[in-house]
Amino acid sequence: MASVAESEFLIASRRRRFSRRRLGHAAAPYALLAPAAAVIGVILAYPLYLLVKMSFQKYGISSLISHKGKWIGTANYASIFHDAEFWHVVLRTVLFTAVCVSLTMVLGTAIALLLLQIGRVMRVALTTALVLVWAVPVIVAVDVWRWMVDYEFGVANWTLAKLHVGNFVRHDWFANPWTGLGVFAALIVWGAIPFVTITVYAALAQVPQELLEAAAIDGARPWAIFREVTLPLLKPIFVILTSLSIIWDFQVFQQIWVMLDARPASDYYTMAIYAFHQSFQISEYGLGAAIAVVMVAFMFVATLVYLRQMLRTGEVH
Amino acid sequence: MSSVTQIAPTPVAPVVTRPRSRKRLRKAGWNLVALAVLIVMVFPVYWMVSTAFKPGRKILSYTPQWFPTHPTVGNFTDAVRQPFFWDAVRNSVIVTSVVVVLSLVLAFLAALALAKFRFYGRKAFIVVILGVQMVPLAALIIPLYITLARLKEVDKLSGVIVLYLTFVLPFAVWTLRGFLLGVPKELEESAMVDGCTRFGAFVRILLPLVGPGLVATSIFAFIQAWNEFIIAYVFLHTPERQTLMVWLASFTTLRGTDWGPLMAGATLCALPVVVFFLLVQRRIAFGLTAGAVKG
Repeated sequence: MASVAESEFLIASRRRRFSRRRLGHAAAPYALLAPAAAVIGVILAYPLYLLVKMSFQKYGISSLISHKGKWIGTANYASIFHDAEFWHVVLRTVLFTAVCVSLTMVLGTAIALLLLQIGRVMRVALTTALVLVWAVPVIVAVDVWRWMVDYEFGVANWTLAKLHVGNFVRHDWFANPWTGLGVFAALIVWGAIPFVTITVYAALAQVPQELLEAAAIDGARPWAIFREVTLPLLKPIFVILTSLSIIWDFQVFQQIWVMLDARPASDYYTMAIYAFHQSFQISEYGLGAAIAVVMVAFMFVATLVYLRQMLRTGEVH
Repeated sequence: MSSVTQIAPTPVAPVVTRPRSRKRLRKAGWNLVALAVLIVMVFPVYWMVSTAFKPGRKILSYTPQWFPTHPTVGNFTDAVRQPFFWDAVRNSVIVTSVVVVLSLVLAFLAALALAKFRFYGRKAFIVVILGVQMVPLAALIIPLYITLARLKEVDKLSGVIVLYLTFVLPFAVWTLRGFLLGVPKELEESAMVDGCTRFGAFVRILLPLVGPGLVATSIFAFIQAWNEFIIAYVFLHTPERQTLMVWLASFTTLRGTDWGPLMAGATLCALPVVVFFLLVQRRIAFGLTAGAVKG
């Protein structure tokens, strides 16, 4: 009898121990995640909440000291939506992003395809050059481009003057916002091409050779093969790269800010600069927050596309 | 006449070689295009470095000097002697190394959870990790500033370090998770069958195998923290507490026309990143595309 009781006790205790171990096992991943989640939660979730809250408040210098804004409902939004300048800024930012992203994607893909056509030595040389450009810090790139388009001694004006394409002697690129934003677009596209090219090239290398050969045997021309075989296979990569580029280019700030000595004329305001100006330069933090919320809303669309594609490609499992 | 004798060797040869030579010609054409692309892409970098080595009077000349015929390091000594350069170097090194170490530890733990355990909320966390990378930093500057001001962390390196961590962590977790998934479960299991403890299997099998992942992630964190400008610019006011990128940007506004030292300073700021980047770029590009294309 005793032995039976004993064995039952043993079984029960073993079961208990087992379940405790299982509990420990179940808690382990949460314990491992906790520190990273805490940092991300405190430093991103709370400010995000604060951003939305502030966008409904009058938040000036005095609020900055007292840590209290005055609740004014949707007045900030009403004010920016009735502000003609705000809509100019939105339009400018959207157009600028569209130009930069399309140029980056088209040129980046073209160079990736070019990499497939050239000899080994040239390919290594070009890839190394791309990585070199990729590695240049943005602020460094801004300074270099600023020097190249310098109105007096810039190499860009000299070259264009030599080519006789117009009067470029002492040409000030930033006097006209169109050419000024053109310089910024060139700078951004130049810096963004390496990432797109190298990623697309890596993806192209994964396209099964048999498919391309089969299409060629069936008499398809190179362009048709690219459009009908390669492009559909690379679609996930294109979706991811395009949405990432939209997000990066839409919040353009530092290039314009640094190149124009932290005092860009209003012709150069993008949404990020406009929000920064409203908050830190004229201390209307509530208005700035409302502009930033609209900006986040715009970018949320691109984020959704990106997330859906990442989930679809099976990267998340 | 002489040209005819040159191109017509034997009557049979042209028939055989024409398709091949046309192919070769096409390839040479593409190589030429690639050379043009290479020159256009590299030129700004070349121009920075070559300007940095030119003496002042050669820089300020209406006809650009394409190659520094009388190279000098004068610009570099000028740049280094600028006020606050060494402060900025020290600050950048502190911020960068702390961010690298902390992000590596935190990201590795989180990646371990995501790769090795199945638990409730796992997918949600992955979506958050991916989504967080998309949150526009420029839009968050305002509330971040107010939050840190409340915590009395403005104008301190520690505040900037925490902010950097937030923006480095998601990518670090994601990359390390990929590397951990690449280690077959059987390897760990067989080590445990052979008498290793779970911890022993972790140290002997898992850690060496994800070593390259840890290197890649830490270099990525390094580059992010080293290159960051907006946060450092907004949050660090005192010149002694600024990082190199803020130093470089203020250098521009103070002496905008002093191109030689500016290009030398820019070269110095870019150098560590370029070196590290050349070491790991393959892995970073591969990490994004692996498994994305399905045949």
